[in-house]
Amino acid sequence: MYQEICSKYAPDKDNLIYILHEIQNSHPQHYISEEAVQTVAEYLGVPANHIYGVLTFYTMYSTKPRGKNIIRLCESPPCYIKGSENILRKLKTLLDTEVGETTKDGCFTLELCACLGVCGNAPVMMINNDVYGDLTEEKVEEIIEKVRRG
Amino acid sequence: MAKTVNIWIDDKHLEVPDTMTIIEAADKHGIYIPRLCYHPDLPPTANCGVCVVELVGSPVPKRACCTPVAEGMKVVTNSKKLRTYRKTLVEMILSNHDVVCPTCAANNKCELQTLANNLGVDPESLPSILRKDPVDDSSLSIVRDVNKCIACGRCITVCNEVQTVYALTFADRGIDSHVDTAFSLGMANSPCVNCGQCTVYCPTGALRERSEIDAVWEAILDPEKHVIVQEAPSIRVSLGEEFGMPFGSVTPNKMYAALRKIGFDSVMDTNFTADLTIMEEGTECVAKLVAGEKRPLITSCSPGWVKFMETYYPDLADCVSTAKSPMSMFGTLSKTYYAKENNIDPAKIVSVAIMPCTAKKFEARRPELSDSGFQDTDYVLTTRELIRMIKEAGIDFANIPEEEPDEGMSFYTGAGTIFGATGGVMEAAIRSAYYLVTKTDLEDLEILAVRGLDGVKEATVNIPGFGDVHVAVAHGLSNARKVMDQVREGLATKGESPWHFIEIMACPGGCVGGGGQPYGNDIASRARRGQALYAEDRSLPVRLSHRNPEVLKVYERFLGEPNSKLALKLLHTHYFKRSVNTGQVTAEATHKH
Amino acid sequence: MKFFRSHVLVGINETSIMAGVQDFIKALRLELAKHNLQEEINILETGPLGFFGRGICLSVYPENINYQDVKLEDVPELVSEHFLKGRPLKRLMLDDGGKFSPKLNYSDRIVLRNSGIIDPENIDEYIGAGGYEAWEKALTRMQPADIVAEVKKSGLRGRGGAGFPAGVKWNFTAPIDAPQKYVVVNADEGEPGTFKDRLIMEGDPHQLLEGTMICARAVGATQAWIYIRGEYKLCIDRLQKAIDQCREYGILGKNIFGSGFDLDIFIKIGAGAYVCGEETALIESLEGNRGNPRWKPPFPGVEGLWKCPTVVNNVETLANVPFIIQKGADEFMKHGTPECTGTKVYTILGDVAHPGLCEVDMGTTLRTIINDYAGGMKKGFRFKAALVGGAAGVILPDKLLDVKMDFSSLNQYAAVLGSGAILVMNEHQSIVDILWSILRFFRHESCGKCAPCRNGTQQLYRLISKIKKGKGTMEDVDLMLTIAETMQQTSFCALGQSPIMGVRSAIENFKDEFIAITKSK
Repeated sequence: MYQEICSKYAPDKDNLIYILHEIQNSHPQHYISEEAVQTVAEYLGVPANHIYGVLTFYTMYSTKPRGKNIIRLCESPPCYIKGSENILRKLKTLLDTEVGETTKDGCFTLELCACLGVCGNAPVMMINNDVYGDLTEEKVEEIIEKVRRG
Repeated sequence: MAKTVNIWIDDKHLEVPDTMTIIEAADKHGIYIPRLCYHPDLPPTANCGVCVVELVGSPVPKRACCTPVAEGMKVVTNSKKLRTYRKTLVEMILSNHDVVCPTCAANNKCELQTLANNLGVDPESLPSILRKDPVDDSSLSIVRDVNKCIACGRCITVCNEVQTVYALTFADRGIDSHVDTAFSLGMANSPCVNCGQCTVYCPTGALRERSEIDAVWEAILDPEKHVIVQEAPSIRVSLGEEFGMPFGSVTPNKMYAALRKIGFDSVMDTNFTADLTIMEEGTECVAKLVAGEKRPLITSCSPGWVKFMETYYPDLADCVSTAKSPMSMFGTLSKTYYAKENNIDPAKIVSVAIMPCTAKKFEARRPELSDSGFQDTDYVLTTRELIRMIKEAGIDFANIPEEEPDEGMSFYTGAGTIFGATGGVMEAAIRSAYYLVTKTDLEDLEILAVRGLDGVKEATVNIPGFGDVHVAVAHGLSNARKVMDQVREGLATKGESPWHFIEIMACPGGCVGGGGQPYGNDIASRARRGQALYAEDRSLPVRLSHRNPEVLKVYERFLGEPNSKLALKLLHTHYFKRSVNTGQVTAEATHKH
Repeated sequence: MKFFRSHVLVGINETSIMAGVQDFIKALRLELAKHNLQEEINILETGPLGFFGRGICLSVYPENINYQDVKLEDVPELVSEHFLKGRPLKRLMLDDGGKFSPKLNYSDRIVLRNSGIIDPENIDEYIGAGGYEAWEKALTRMQPADIVAEVKKSGLRGRGGAGFPAGVKWNFTAPIDAPQKYVVVNADEGEPGTFKDRLIMEGDPHQLLEGTMICARAVGATQAWIYIRGEYKLCIDRLQKAIDQCREYGILGKNIFGSGFDLDIFIKIGAGAYVCGEETALIESLEGNRGNPRWKPPFPGVEGLWKCPTVVNNVETLANVPFIIQKGADEFMKHGTPECTGTKVYTILGDVAHPGLCEVDMGTTLRTIINDYAGGMKKGFRFKAALVGGAAGVILPDKLLDVKMDFSSLNQYAAVLGSGAILVMNEHQSIVDILWSILRFFRHESCGKCAPCRNGTQQLYRLISKIKKGKGTMEDVDLMLTIAETMQQTSFCALGQSPIMGVRSAIENFKDEFIAITKSK
């Protein structure tokens, strides 16, 4: 599978970021495994240590298996002053999980992130590729329920 | 072409080439600018910020390590503000460092410690922000203590750029950024070849050898054990540095005396097996030459190089000499020939090697290096570890009366001693190969073309009766790559290698610059140590390996002749293929004779 | 051209898409057709509307009525009330019953002149509004040196950070004789509270492309890369569509307009790192490395992407260029002040009546921006401070409300202008809290390459956390200043040089708050 993704791109180092994005997106657990890195290393002719360095640098990548849905709550100042801490508390209770961890049913991973550039609707979170703004504790509950149901 | 520019450092007028950075210009003219991460051998990582200087006309200070000089530049190296910044910087670095100086392997050699002391920094001024993480002691050679790491990046530069081993990288980001191996699998599960250059360049004690001092003391202090010791060529030209003697002092006899004082039962010399290696490898080489073999013969003494080859060039493993390294030949003989000659139960023999090298620790643990019926070599101590033992034993090394080694496996020739410098094995081999083919000795023994610190050296030697022999010498693994890539390409495209015989040493400068050598080890000090070995060569009565009387004796009494069946069994080895990701063995690359 | 009685501008953005704007538009069209109004009422799908409402937002012209949070089920009532009976639907209007409508100064705009008016996904609308005239002019009627000279003359300064003159930057690269040069568009907007570049790209992607093309022509680059953060899905889609349209129209490609000049533009997606907004870190990232900044010199203009001369410009900077070339530098210089020409795009957030987007002349005061473009403070709140410039910005108290917002007046704070983020805080908000949030951000975003920033961001975060908990002392406050100043003076790149801004402005302008909280223990 990893080989297939690689072969869509020219074997140039500057495609690394793309290939990693696609590998992560294609994995049901949204992460990049050792095996994936080894495949990419071989394909691009770039050492595995370099790839590991790159993928731990950027926040969008994970080296550990994650849940079906990735929640990224913005913790930057504009969201913070609009009460993102309360949203975080609510999310932790709702999901019974800590930041950086995955719910027992594997449905959600809770993460914090820097500004998503949607500050007009602070506080904001992203679930997978979707942005949810103007969050309130009630709204969060609805959203989580909706996403959980699929 | 470099232009000369006029600059002023603290009002001192200098004329320097415009290719220099401020710190290079200052160093050249004896002006000290405080620094931490900068090292003259390496491209600047520009990490620590300590070398900031003020430039007249610039609103913010600039890093001296990476700011090029320019015409009319006026540099101020000290001011109230700069002092405050430097102190604050070092305080911040200390607040994120495991300050355990008294017990640290780098104590008194630590660049952070020295700088903090020089700047008069108060280590308590900032609360600790250190996150205690586990020490990576997975490797047989190197221990990596991330808590002492100041993330200067020198080890990463050395590992990736100088050595092209690609074991270490920066991982994570910000305060969590740290030096790591891919997926934190540990040095043992990385392509690390154990060369230890990272330990040499580490400014603190974050990277050091896996110490076997305690085990060696245990053996020495155990009356049941017979502890035999060997010392690599480069040890005798490095030990003195640590005891106030000038760089490049040649001290074999003080070394023997100190080792005997420490309590080793038998003090021998690796140089003896260096000569023996020439007999085995030289015979192998001549056989190849005579047979008109298109594939080259490559030396196998350097364990960092051997693992590198197994990892990155296993397809060329059959080109590498099957001869064991001098250390492993010694180990094997100590438990066979020596045991027999001296009537000692080999089970009671503990064979210790003093090496300039961290990779030798890995080599000693290779399962296949047990042809004596035991692990051939029991313990390997680096030069640095021996220094600690000498100090622990309270020996005044500089003034200890000189002694001779024990007999049997200690006599050596000039050819054996130059093994410690890049090009030395090649030079020694040519001296003997010439004899093996022509049955006469070279008139001029010194082959200057293979000496010196050029990364790749080439020479052509005419051996009457054979013709021109093309040789290459590479030191430092990025240079090894250049040579190996040409060999691979030559074999693939033309069916032959550009060279007949190749010497490769993992460490820049060869063993004198080994990863186990004393700290503060830069290219210049490596060169001085190398010159000391060549000086010793000139001073020795015998300068040809094939004229070493003890070597001739071991063939006569035990092995028969070079490359005999017994010699092949005891003194030769074979190689493996390793994963470029984990360094683990995946298959055999060659077979045992 | 058809004549419509009213135009309904529907903002298509991340939030409205989530709220189902596409279904909404379908329903609205059906409902209008049901009442036979399709020839009278024009629906325009467009980018940012100039205010940030909840959910689906509409602006209706010429009535100048703004609706927010409009739902699918509101469609029949909206059509029958507003469009049939001419009675605006009060309950859906912006918060204060529609009394305030943000000043939409289209005639004074440069960067946002088409934003909210044209369909950003339709190149014909852009061309209809005069788009690509400048490109055609630059390509066929101007020499590269003339373009550089015109931009230099205009006084356009970089809108990404410290305001370096764009023409001067181009002039470093233009004369270099190199087989390959590049233009890189820095669209890695990550400054908290900043999203003007997103709105510029969403609202008018072609204008950015046109600016990029002109820049490429001026410096002799035949490839341009837009480095954009992965989260900006809508921008990425719209830019890609715009690029595809340009290729189709022959605006990009080989021998464009028969001029012999070749150019193509590519999009590269980032992976989440604030530091990649720094131009050399961005280049590292483009090359597939960790986003660690490089030492300058050599500057990217001489040795940048893949060691080739590379001009890196911010989105807003390049979006100004078509105007300058089309209308001339003199026209551009009518905006702003003599030292700081042109306009600036701001996003105004926090406790103002109408958080929104505006483009005003350089030198406009903060007070004017807040009052005229955001409706002043939210009802019942008093102004305490504004965080200007995001996390790398400064906290300004009310006594500095009349400072002119331009690079020279803001002086030591000039670096903060680029981001254009204004976050207004009310009297109940704690400065210590906001500083804590800022320093937490830096701790998270420091790349870790250099020691001052790596250790300094962590020390600052520790100290402010201690102070926030009421366990700090004034010595800790002083220590923060020493550390932040050391970072400013010795850090490798702008990231480590920035925390001093927030730290110093917070401590200097709101010292009492620090005294109070450190005494409270």
